[in-house]
Amino acid sequence: MAVKSADTPLNKQSKGKYTWHMMKTNKACYAMLAPFMILFIIFTVIPVIITLPLAFTNFDIAHFPKFTGLSNFYTLFLNDDTFMIAVQNTLVFAVFTGPFSYVLSFILAWLINEMHPVLKTFFTFVFYAPSMTTSAYVIWQLLLSGDSKGYINAILIDYGILNSPNQWLTDTKFILPVCIIVQLWISMGAGFLSLRAGFQNIDKSMYEAGAIEGIKNRWQELFLITIPSMGPQLLFAAVLQISASFTVGTVSQNLVGLPSTDYAAHTVMNHATDYGWIRYEMGYASAICLILFVVMLLVNKAINWMLRKYVD
Amino acid sequence: MGTKKKKKRVDIDNVKVKKNNKKLTASRGGNICIFLFLCITGIFMIFPIYYAVVQSFKPIEELFVFPPKLYVLNPTTKNYSDMMKVATSLWVPLSRYIFNSVFVSIVVTVCNLFVCCCAAFVLSKCKFPGNQFLNKLIVTALLFSSSATWIIQYLVMATLGMIDTYWALILPSIATPMGLFLMRQSMSTIHDSMIEAAKVDGAGLFRICWQVVVPNQKPAIMTLIIFAFQDAWNRQSGTIIFSEELKTLPTIMQQIAATGIARQGVTFATSVILMLPPLIVFLVAQSNVMETMANSGIKD
Repeated sequence: MAVKSADTPLNKQSKGKYTWHMMKTNKACYAMLAPFMILFIIFTVIPVIITLPLAFTNFDIAHFPKFTGLSNFYTLFLNDDTFMIAVQNTLVFAVFTGPFSYVLSFILAWLINEMHPVLKTFFTFVFYAPSMTTSAYVIWQLLLSGDSKGYINAILIDYGILNSPNQWLTDTKFILPVCIIVQLWISMGAGFLSLRAGFQNIDKSMYEAGAIEGIKNRWQELFLITIPSMGPQLLFAAVLQISASFTVGTVSQNLVGLPSTDYAAHTVMNHATDYGWIRYEMGYASAICLILFVVMLLVNKAINWMLRKYVD
Repeated sequence: MGTKKKKKRVDIDNVKVKKNNKKLTASRGGNICIFLFLCITGIFMIFPIYYAVVQSFKPIEELFVFPPKLYVLNPTTKNYSDMMKVATSLWVPLSRYIFNSVFVSIVVTVCNLFVCCCAAFVLSKCKFPGNQFLNKLIVTALLFSSSATWIIQYLVMATLGMIDTYWALILPSIATPMGLFLMRQSMSTIHDSMIEAAKVDGAGLFRICWQVVVPNQKPAIMTLIIFAFQDAWNRQSGTIIFSEELKTLPTIMQQIAATGIARQGVTFATSVILMLPPLIVFLVAQSNVMETMANSGIKD
């Protein structure tokens, strides 16, 4: 926008000069960016970049990192059975809390959008409320508690479905499904709100135009008008969902402890926390994080490719 | 006569429009199904929160009734007063923790809003060397949310000597890629002509941003406030804060909650207290969003 009538660059030499000139004319832009960028670089860019060199070292915080080559990765993939369990669990988590909850939040936002304004507010609140409550796991802990006082056990016994209480949080059979349900419960977060806002931003005249063009029902309207005009929101929600579903761990950590019984709900993030926080093996934890980051970037690329036609 | 004919024609047009509308909003059966689906999902979502509120008002003899009841017979606020008793017996007065939480949350929210609005405006509406690269960087950075970088972030904070200070609670939460991205998406829908007009009138970038663009971004601002506040309020300070007088409410609430099964009522009371502020902020902001949307009906 701040481009004034500047000469177009003729060759490489003048291109550098031109860029410098443009940077000088747009000083104000950089000044406005600075506060965000400084904090962003310190607290997000540096931690991400630093994992790369640290992943190849043996670093325990107290001593200077010692270069160990690929040994962290050898250990991870060949000698660390727990890591393999964690990868498996994370993938299971990712499938359920990723695509499933993504589609669910889209459907919910879409259905809510057609409601009366009061109901709209009400349902938005209801669906979004769980993700605002960190202390929620305390409630689930009591709902799911292993003795017959646990609410879910009590109901199931009352109706004769169960004979004895289930150990929901310590029995390896139940830990993962229970964690997935709780994770799903809190997953209607920012992505859901963004989709909700996206529906509101769609130009109403598009629907009128659609009606004139002969759109017959909700489904046609959804696929021909709504989804194509929600590209940015869809992508945003997808990115958040990837980020959330690959870094799951906090909920299971709070709900079933770290480590969970037999590592039944152990995720990659839990593994990194275990090594980074508890054992102070930052090099090893960095290697785990690095792998996680690479996988997240790849999945993100794939989603970008899938949604590219809806985003400019 | 002529006017009467015209009126009739208008009426017919209206009928046609109504028919179309009816088709668009679909069948009544579909509506009922949707409503039922929403209600069932809604009950699943809200039940644990409802249950926590109910439990927090139950007297001790009702808390351990088998099978548990979904409602309270004799509501009591004893759990809350017990909680206050536990809280006053702490080494540091409860008001200090409340102050810490409120202070940190408000500072983070205000700074987040300011920083994100400035950066989003420049990124979405100005052309300068590096713009494209930064835009791409922000989209990628969305992936690396605080939960992903948390472990390594500690190293940075330790190097900067921020551990065990307010800085460790405030600074990392300010520059959120999510806030910037959200703002940018929203601001990019504004017409360039509006900004051009302001420029012609002689306004600088900063003034254009805060007097022309930002006042038009109420829904996005509200959403940003919700996210920033919620994030700051819920942030656990356990690993980065050791001084008792700097700890925030969630940390101390968990310590109270961890006092065992005998204090079940207190546990529920604390979790309700902890849940309330984000919910209230959301409700307030949400109604504002609705208001803005209702006012934005007039186009061109």
